[in-house]
Amino acid sequence: MADNYLQTKGRIFDIQRYSIHDGNGIRTIVFLKGCFLRCRWCCNPESQRYDIETMIVQGKEKVIGRDVTVQEVMETVLKDRPYYRRTGGGLTLSGGEMLFQWEFARDLLRAAREAGITTAVESTAFSDYSHIEELLPYLDQYLMDIKHIDSAKHKEFTGVPNEKILENARKISGSGLTEYSVRVPTIPGFNDTPEEIRAIARFAEQLPSVKRIHLLPYHRLGQDKYDGLGRKYTLEGIAPPPAAKMQMRKKAAESVTRIEVVIGG
Amino acid sequence: MDKYYAAELPKSERITRLVSHLYAKMPEIESARARLITESYRSTEGKPMVMRRALAFSHILKNLPIIIRPEELIVGSTTIAPRGCQTYPEFSWEWLQAEFDTVETREADPFYISEQTKQELREVNPYWKGKTSSELADAYMTPETHKAIEHNIFTTGNYYYNGIGHYTCQYDKVLNIGLRGIMNEAASELAGMRPGDGNYARKATMLQAVIISCQAVIDYAKRYSELAAAEAQKEQNPARRAELLTISANCANVPGNPAGSFWEACQSMWFIQQVLQIESSGHSISPGRFDQYMYPFFKKDLEAQRITREFGQELIDCIWVKLNDLNKCRDAASAKGFAGYSLFQNLIVGGQTEEGMDATNDISFMCITASKHVFLPMPSLSIRVWNGSPHDLLIHAASLTRTGIGLPAYYNDEAIIPAMMDRGCSLREARNYSIIGCVEPQVPGKTDGWHDAAFFNMCRPLELVFSSGMDLGEQISVRTKDVEEMTSYEEFFEAYQQQMNYMIELLVNSDNSIDAAHAQLTPNPFESCLIDDCMKRGLCLEEGGAHYNFTGPQGFGIANVGNALYAVKKLVFDEHKVSMKEMKKALKFNFAQGLDAAGATALATETIRQMEAEGRRVTDSEVPAVVASIMQAQLPEAEKQRMVEIWEMIKALPKFGNDEAEVDEFAREAAYCYSRPIEKYRNPRGGQYQAGMYPVSANVPLGAQTGATPDGRLAHTPVADGVSPYVGTDVNGPTAACNSVAKLDHMINSNGTLFNMKFHPSALTGEKGLDNFVSMIRGFFDQKGFHMQFNVVDRNTLLDAQKHPENYRHLVVRVAGYSALFTTLSRSLQDDIISRTEQTTTE
Repeated sequence: MADNYLQTKGRIFDIQRYSIHDGNGIRTIVFLKGCFLRCRWCCNPESQRYDIETMIVQGKEKVIGRDVTVQEVMETVLKDRPYYRRTGGGLTLSGGEMLFQWEFARDLLRAAREAGITTAVESTAFSDYSHIEELLPYLDQYLMDIKHIDSAKHKEFTGVPNEKILENARKISGSGLTEYSVRVPTIPGFNDTPEEIRAIARFAEQLPSVKRIHLLPYHRLGQDKYDGLGRKYTLEGIAPPPAAKMQMRKKAAESVTRIEVVIGG
Repeated sequence: MDKYYAAELPKSERITRLVSHLYAKMPEIESARARLITESYRSTEGKPMVMRRALAFSHILKNLPIIIRPEELIVGSTTIAPRGCQTYPEFSWEWLQAEFDTVETREADPFYISEQTKQELREVNPYWKGKTSSELADAYMTPETHKAIEHNIFTTGNYYYNGIGHYTCQYDKVLNIGLRGIMNEAASELAGMRPGDGNYARKATMLQAVIISCQAVIDYAKRYSELAAAEAQKEQNPARRAELLTISANCANVPGNPAGSFWEACQSMWFIQQVLQIESSGHSISPGRFDQYMYPFFKKDLEAQRITREFGQELIDCIWVKLNDLNKCRDAASAKGFAGYSLFQNLIVGGQTEEGMDATNDISFMCITASKHVFLPMPSLSIRVWNGSPHDLLIHAASLTRTGIGLPAYYNDEAIIPAMMDRGCSLREARNYSIIGCVEPQVPGKTDGWHDAAFFNMCRPLELVFSSGMDLGEQISVRTKDVEEMTSYEEFFEAYQQQMNYMIELLVNSDNSIDAAHAQLTPNPFESCLIDDCMKRGLCLEEGGAHYNFTGPQGFGIANVGNALYAVKKLVFDEHKVSMKEMKKALKFNFAQGLDAAGATALATETIRQMEAEGRRVTDSEVPAVVASIMQAQLPEAEKQRMVEIWEMIKALPKFGNDEAEVDEFAREAAYCYSRPIEKYRNPRGGQYQAGMYPVSANVPLGAQTGATPDGRLAHTPVADGVSPYVGTDVNGPTAACNSVAKLDHMINSNGTLFNMKFHPSALTGEKGLDNFVSMIRGFFDQKGFHMQFNVVDRNTLLDAQKHPENYRHLVVRVAGYSALFTTLSRSLQDDIISRTEQTTTE
């Protein structure tokens, strides 16, 4: 099996090149389909279900999801090698939750590592640590979402409690195998009071090693997709936070940690 | 110590006032030059042409009204009105007289013209009847060539209507030895000749013409010296009085003598730049490697503590303003192809020295800063990028790109230097290249590149394949096999090449006819004394005096032709989904997407010719009825549906610009169909043809004369610009577009290729945004890309500027090889810029 890792199959719904705001340098993001969580603000609702589905995009039906091998994905990813070489960029796995297809994710990361390009994941780490452990040898950057410290509220807005997430955060950041950063999507009405932000920052401060904390401003760019999927967007009426408010959140976080805090990816 | 000073210097308030003075009014046409040259020509009939040119140049410079604009530090204006223009009847004039009443209100580049000016031009213009270079060129062209031009296959209007320009002269030589030094060279060359020498007649006359021309420029500067002194006397403000006295002293010394200070060097450079554009109406007279020839003067003043960095910056800013003071009125059709009042004065910084060391210096940074300060289209600022370019220079350049001005354009030494060596330049010469006009590289001070020799629309020969060489009912090209009888893609491709080759030869005939006419009627001795080897050969630039002689006509529409060839192969020959008959009809009826007036007229003309061929007489009064019937003619619904179906099939096919090897290969082959045949031809100056791939802005007006194409492009819409993907078809992001474009053979197109990209401002935010942007350029250049330019502006801003032009008078956008004020462009060109795919980044 180990030798056949290029033939491992998985399900993706998009590949985006020239991504410059996630991870180091110019990167290609592969979006894997399927997620453990159901975050109400999710800007990629078409990523949540593993099943291949149909979404209405600009009045036309579009099939979301296709099955591909690691090798097929890498053919596209490696097209931008000239730009990775110049910037230390490479492959980023996102989702959905890439751990939903952890074997496929592991083999993609391995293939990228073999090809000599850097690797990153955007993940919420809601998974057995034994799966995560298999990825770490091939991973340069783990960008991990921590959305709330209160488990009940976490469950209310994402569908799952947070104990496993926080536990995995400790293990990953303590593994010494990858650069670990915390990302906090700041959602008005969910986690954006100074106290809630401070609680997350305090938690990060206690982790063994955190490179950076990213505060990601809420945006509504995914809203139309809910209609396209025939689903209801339950955060209707919430506006993106103004820049000044984000600065206040940043200050709140900085008041309890020495870790660098930045706004945006 | 650092190799260079990289910090951004402040902008003086003077610059803001100079700019607003310059743009207070609509540009105006003046008649002084036309009147003066006519006076001179009348009195010199019978003398050798080169001498007549020198005497006319001298007469103009002696009598042209002069002016020092408020607060100027660098003086020399060709017109009294800011941004005004003179006329050049020796090249052509009839178009202007015909446009007297429309030139002020036309869409592209309008000019004000007073009744008095019209009257004065009407008086002198008739003298030129039968004496212009354009009329002589017409006489030289074959009837087939005239036909091809009439049918809009290509246009050679640029040099047909105007002087040539398109060179970088030896500014450095004037700064270092002065025009007197050059006159001495001419004199000693003369002294070395014997009356019995075979070339005595022409060479001695040419050298005498050079001496007269140089003296005329020195005397012209002296007039400014006197004017400045007179104004100083009247000036109340002591600070301004002191400035005027220095200006007076500067103009007394340069350009006759070597420049003694940085200010004098700036003044000397400016006089040369200005008077070259009085001598002839050629545009793209490009200052070239300004940072290289100006730096020694700046350094010397700085070391002697005679100048502050801030004042040095202010002087450079003043030159930038002056470069926008020069203007040119083109005929209405050309104005659309060169829209934006541009004179394409390309000025380039960075790159390598002749010895292969990095050439970046303080002035390289100051030039980029000057474009930020002045924020006007001129100069067409360019930057040379090589493997050893300092990162901070590129970041400074990217920070200018981020402002949305469309400057600078980025050029790749690693592709251009070998491409030039392949054309016979030495390594040292190639390392010293500069860019002319839009994107055309050449060895400065040694080259007559004829860089902008034609626009060749590569989509038109494709149309001729479908009509077997017929256009509007006339056989204008080779009768290739009926497409419906073709059985293989190879046959189809072969027919395209035949159509191309036939038209390329006619293009060459047209260019060479114009070339010969310029040699005969409009040799320019002043420009020629600043370019090797004119004085040694005793020939002006137009007569083949330069060391390197090229002709560089540019083709465009590569993306359309590449995609079209691919679509025909896939749908017709490989998959048999569409028959050739269906394809032909779908193109004729614009994929059932409606016929505009031009489309209906084309069909009507064809129908009428057919009726006539069948022996029926069609009177003029019947024509509108035929047009109307065609426009209203209802295709059967089933047939319409089928056309739409074909259109959808085409749209679903892969397109050039998405990093897909198979279709990209077709674009590469399409480009070769133009660039390979071209380089076989020679021009009358003894040089070679070399292809370019850039459209200036002609992809819009020439697209308007092109029917639907098999890539799904609708009739009379713009064709693809330069080597860029066709609008809206590159959907895989900027790196994919770059990789596709890099797959073309840029190096064979040694007259330059042009790659346009539009970015949303969010892609360049922060240091990280700039870093990644620069890395993307480097990644493209690693793959031997040639050139890149960027529009950084969001769509909403442009849409709003269309609605409220009054709020956006200074909005500068990149058109093609140059930047222009958005609001001065025609509506259709504005639309084209808006619809170029906007590259954003993923969040």
